[in-house]
Amino acid sequence: MSAILVIEQILNGLQFGIMLFLMAAGLTLIFGVMGLINLAHGSLYMVGAFAAASVAGATGSFLLALVAAFTVAAFAGAIVEIVVIRRLYRAAHLDQVLATFALILIFSEGTRWVFGSFPLFLDVPSYLSGPVTLPGGIEYPLYRLTLIGVGLLVALGLWWLTARTRIGIQIRAGENDREMIAALGVDISKLYTLVFALGAALAGLAGALVGAIQSVQVGMGEPVLILAFVVIVIGGIGSIKGALIGAILVGLTDTLGGIFLPEFLKLFMESGAATQTGSALASMAVYILMSVVLIWRPTGLFGARP
Amino acid sequence: MKNLFGITTALALTAAGAAADTKIGMITTLSGGGAGLGIDVRDGFMLAIAQSGRDDIEVVIEDDQRKPDIAVQLSDKMIQSEKVDIMTGIIWSNLAMAVVPSAVNQDVFYLSPNAGPSALAGAGCHENYFNVAWQNDNLHEAAGAYANGAGYSNSFILAPNYPAGKDALTGYKRFFEGELAGELYTELGQTDYAAEIAQIRASGADSVFFFLPGGMGISFLKQYSDSGVDLPVVGPAFSFDQGILQAVGAAALGVVNTSQWSKDIENATNAAFVESFQTEYGRLPSLYASQGFDTANLILSALNIANPDDADTFREALRAANFDSTRGDFMFGPNHHPVQTIYAREVVQEGEIFTNKILGTALENHADAYAGDCKM
Repeated sequence: MSAILVIEQILNGLQFGIMLFLMAAGLTLIFGVMGLINLAHGSLYMVGAFAAASVAGATGSFLLALVAAFTVAAFAGAIVEIVVIRRLYRAAHLDQVLATFALILIFSEGTRWVFGSFPLFLDVPSYLSGPVTLPGGIEYPLYRLTLIGVGLLVALGLWWLTARTRIGIQIRAGENDREMIAALGVDISKLYTLVFALGAALAGLAGALVGAIQSVQVGMGEPVLILAFVVIVIGGIGSIKGALIGAILVGLTDTLGGIFLPEFLKLFMESGAATQTGSALASMAVYILMSVVLIWRPTGLFGARP
Repeated sequence: MKNLFGITTALALTAAGAAADTKIGMITTLSGGGAGLGIDVRDGFMLAIAQSGRDDIEVVIEDDQRKPDIAVQLSDKMIQSEKVDIMTGIIWSNLAMAVVPSAVNQDVFYLSPNAGPSALAGAGCHENYFNVAWQNDNLHEAAGAYANGAGYSNSFILAPNYPAGKDALTGYKRFFEGELAGELYTELGQTDYAAEIAQIRASGADSVFFFLPGGMGISFLKQYSDSGVDLPVVGPAFSFDQGILQAVGAAALGVVNTSQWSKDIENATNAAFVESFQTEYGRLPSLYASQGFDTANLILSALNIANPDDADTFREALRAANFDSTRGDFMFGPNHHPVQTIYAREVVQEGEIFTNKILGTALENHADAYAGDCKM
């Protein structure tokens, strides 16, 4: 196993983590600010990818496709918040889970109704396709490097938004004490719609960015959603910084575990059995990571102390 | 909207239920991520029924949502309250394993239009179970045979970590004579293959074999073509069927895949099938659609000879397989699985459409490896 392979895998883990962050950031904001468990977050990811695929198909422009994904997902999020979610803030978590699970089914079958059952085509634009050679002779796809860059920019933007703007102050205040900021004259329901739409837009953007190198199909959001929940539990609910660190930890653990566990087991097991056991262990690795973090810090890495 | 055709036909046929002599129950996947396959099987099947012009056949269609427990419930309902004579439709091997053994033991005929798990081909075979598609290993074995012919000597192979994935790698290794540069099991439903592609790049392989059905294959191919690794790729048709090729796009061009069916197999039945399917549904048929079409025509050919009530005669008529298959001559082996030619196809572009073209034969008159274990 060469150093080049190891570095390439670390880049892969980083890129996977950054994409998870885009999902987890919205999820953690929504959970942190509104106390809402939103299972339909994965559907907004799918909506973004489908919007991007349709616009890219019609116009041929990848940038327009990204703009469409961001906007359509934000709109879908705002509508969902106003029509459904708004009624759920006072409800028990179990009711929220039930209602947002229903939203998953509605989004999935609705998308199938509009777009059909076959996956859509969305490709990396030609100016971002193909590999580039990094220092040290590592060949790495340019698109994946771009994903890392875009994700870090979004992280920076979110930090600026929450730490340096008035809206950010209101969002943080909303996390701590929603009655108090309502009493101070902040229109809390408008703030909630805004936060939900922002979370949805980030999920939509992630869906479009990832859709270009994966399959744009109904149900594509749910596997990512589960990992995004793991991320926010590790990072601490409500913390953007926690979501970023948690996402990178999960991305690296998942990617590197899948590579190194089978290799490690091969040192003292027969090759075929090592591959199978290693793959099985690797799929558990992120959950083991989550358990360890929770034992060490029950509210997550950057969660509010009880 | 064309997709609705199958359902409306089924409803129309159900409405005419009073006149129906033969009841066929179809359990297939019509919602969720794997729906494309079930819809193709259903559409191919209903096309053949419609073309037969028979109004004494009622087809009851239900959606299993790709869940074994739902499939079992539907099967109980079909056998006990609908009292179907023949069942068909299941796409996934794990669902077939949950439904088929109990159905055939209740004297229902089951004709598989897709799933062909090894357990039902070997020791678990049954006189009322027929597989019209293939035994699961077949296309992978053909891929191994093709790789020998193409002169590959060092393959990197990968498949998802579930029973059909293990069958796939076993099937490839059964026929491939070269060395393995690496062997990987990925997670079922995995969408990012960057880590695997990096390993392929570092492995020094001269070819790649993969079995990643549906969306997994789309993701893998797009990422592979973007990675700059340019080793030749070979795989079974499941990652290259007509339903997903448009979503892969140019990334799939030139890839060799193995299939028992292709739209350019030259025979009158196939030509008519491809044309009528396209007219009816506005899209090209996939191998799944051809399997549904063949299954229906096999049933129709047997119904011309006997009713399912006369089980022994009907079974003999099925076994004779005296129908016009889209694959040309069609023959069952002793375990009621096809003995058939498997082709190597290449992905090509025809105008705007990505599709497959036959390169040559990978395996001639190929039977499965489990037939010997079947004591019928």
